Amino acid sequence: MMNASLVTNVMEALPQIQGYVYPNEQTLHPLWSVLIVVYPYITGLVAGAFIMASLVRVFQVKALDPTYRLALLTALAFLLCAPLPLLFHLGHPERCFEIMLTPHFSSPMAMFGFVYAWYLMAVLLLELWFDYRRDFVQWSLTEPGYRGIIYRAFTLGVTDLSEPALRLDARMGRVISIVGIPSAFLLHGYVGFIFGSIKANPWWGNVLMPIIFILSAIVSGMALCVFVYMVLCWARRIAADIRCLDLMTTFLFYALVLDVSIEGLDWMHRLYSAEEGIDVLRSLASSKLFYTLLIGQACLGTMIPFLLLGATQLFRRRIKELNRRRAYFSSAVLILMGVLAMRWNVVIGGQLFSKSMRGFMSYKMEFAGSEGWLLSIALLVLPFAILIVLVRLFLAPELPTIENVVPGAKSRAKAQEAGH
Amino acid sequence: MSEQTTRRSVLKTLAGIAGGILAMPAAQTCKAAVQNKLANSPAPPGYDPFKHSWLIALDVDRCIGCGRCVEACIEENNVPESHFRTWIERYVITKPKAGSSEIRGETIVDSPDGGRNGFPEELVPKEDILKSFFVPKLCNLCQSSPCSQVCPVGATFQSPDGVVLVDKSYCIGCGFCVQACPYGCRFINPGTHTADKCSLCYHRITRGLKPACVELCPSQARIFGDLKNPVPDDPLQRFFNNNKVEGLKRNLGTEPRVAYSGLDEEVR
Repeated sequence: MMNASLVTNVMEALPQIQGYVYPNEQTLHPLWSVLIVVYPYITGLVAGAFIMASLVRVFQVKALDPTYRLALLTALAFLLCAPLPLLFHLGHPERCFEIMLTPHFSSPMAMFGFVYAWYLMAVLLLELWFDYRRDFVQWSLTEPGYRGIIYRAFTLGVTDLSEPALRLDARMGRVISIVGIPSAFLLHGYVGFIFGSIKANPWWGNVLMPIIFILSAIVSGMALCVFVYMVLCWARRIAADIRCLDLMTTFLFYALVLDVSIEGLDWMHRLYSAEEGIDVLRSLASSKLFYTLLIGQACLGTMIPFLLLGATQLFRRRIKELNRRRAYFSSAVLILMGVLAMRWNVVIGGQLFSKSMRGFMSYKMEFAGSEGWLLSIALLVLPFAILIVLVRLFLAPELPTIENVVPGAKSRAKAQEAGH
Repeated sequence: MSEQTTRRSVLKTLAGIAGGILAMPAAQTCKAAVQNKLANSPAPPGYDPFKHSWLIALDVDRCIGCGRCVEACIEENNVPESHFRTWIERYVITKPKAGSSEIRGETIVDSPDGGRNGFPEELVPKEDILKSFFVPKLCNLCQSSPCSQVCPVGATFQSPDGVVLVDKSYCIGCGFCVQACPYGCRFINPGTHTADKCSLCYHRITRGLKPACVELCPSQARIFGDLKNPVPDDPLQRFFNNNKVEGLKRNLGTEPRVAYSGLDEEVR
């Protein structure tokens, strides 16, 4: 029986392996599967969305105001899901807290818990709280039912709406935002370092890896903001602010230019210096990763949005508004797909060749199971589901705007009187 | 709503909680330091790792590719199917094509089932072979071991006696060490879901026995010893005195301690 299963294993494994790979590498699936593709993707979207928000807060780009809160909530929705793929992937998820309780400080992965906690607790939640506190106080007075209770809980008992208090809120929000930018870089740069620090793997071990990860994160996060904003406006049957979109995509374009330059530099350096393993990488790019790397990442995910966004930058006045909107939306979607393909190429690509540099493995994705694509898709959809809840709670159009704090309070009082 | 609740007091509370959480790792690190002293290893009580320095060396020219070491390792350590703590690679270098200016032809490497059942099949006809040899592989006992460097919880560590061990009661199974090992020596054990690797038969060597692979090797291709306690006419010392030795993938700076004699440039 053991022999029979061995034979089937070998039969299955044989066509998937070319050349010589170390016996421990002769598995049907890479150790870090599609879940680990999803993990840096989600983390990158968080970092990028936060950078988008901080453009408003720190750099005072007023035209982007309509997307400020949406960007922060998007970052939060994705950040809440960021550790999930890692957790599902662990052999012993129940021991995950050991990473924070007894961290091994020389490990890049040991820092994840701290960086994550810092980013969630000290940056994102605090910034949101300072930004929303005034609204929470007001909504806790005006909104009935469970919503009112939720808003009251979120005030954390701080209901002071005096002028100096509000000024302090604004200042704190700005300070946290300033701290948040390097934190966002840290969050995703560190993810890049997890791969960049593996010297055993020539596809990963690269000093530019953290920078490439940060830049692609910013690009994908900004594209996500454009996407979410346009979808939200479409869902609410209102026109997206074209000035805001123009500006968002300008920033997106410049981020893309930087990203393309650095990734291009990386490839030029690899090809020119042609160190050990370059033959393996070259044949990987032209065979196993042809569709995801050259077609998905380089062509569809980078070149086409690059040209589209570049054209809208150069000929903005000559392109009709509707066409611009179309170009922005399709660029955002293509970039989102391209960066996902990039994560795939890094994570899976790095495990498709043997560290003996003599052979290649294959990856046939499962459908179900903890490493299957069903779970990965669920993990990619989950942040959007959370975002819908967050938008309903904190960005609902029927919620009173910040300006009419006092009237809101009065109407709540009246409603209470009427109730009695 | 209470008048006393201000942002200041809320932030103070939050800072207190955060401080508490931040203090926990320090306390846990102390605990871990103590645990490290008593790390979970298969050594018998009373064994002092500071008094030993275990090492294994491999004489490539002596290996006959019989696969008894692989079999012994699997039996001794209950290694799961299609995973290997040690394995044998066969290198076949063919003759160069007639008329070409090459010194040698192509290099073909294989390790069917880790070499467990020997190498019955011929890869190329005998007359085309320039040379052929076997290379036993196992944990290289790196001095700057990348696997222990990257372990997020310190479950894999370098014991003072030179052996790189995994505490499977502590490993979270993230697989980072498997990725970091340049030699392909590690795997995730499908039974325990933790990292697994050659432990130099730690449960045996700490009781005065040889590792199973060394014990079973019929050609003395695997030479084992304790650098701190050499025996008279120590085989390990003799090996180092009589051979020019080399480590695998030294360019990566992992400082492998396991020494090979008679390596070909094709071996990596």
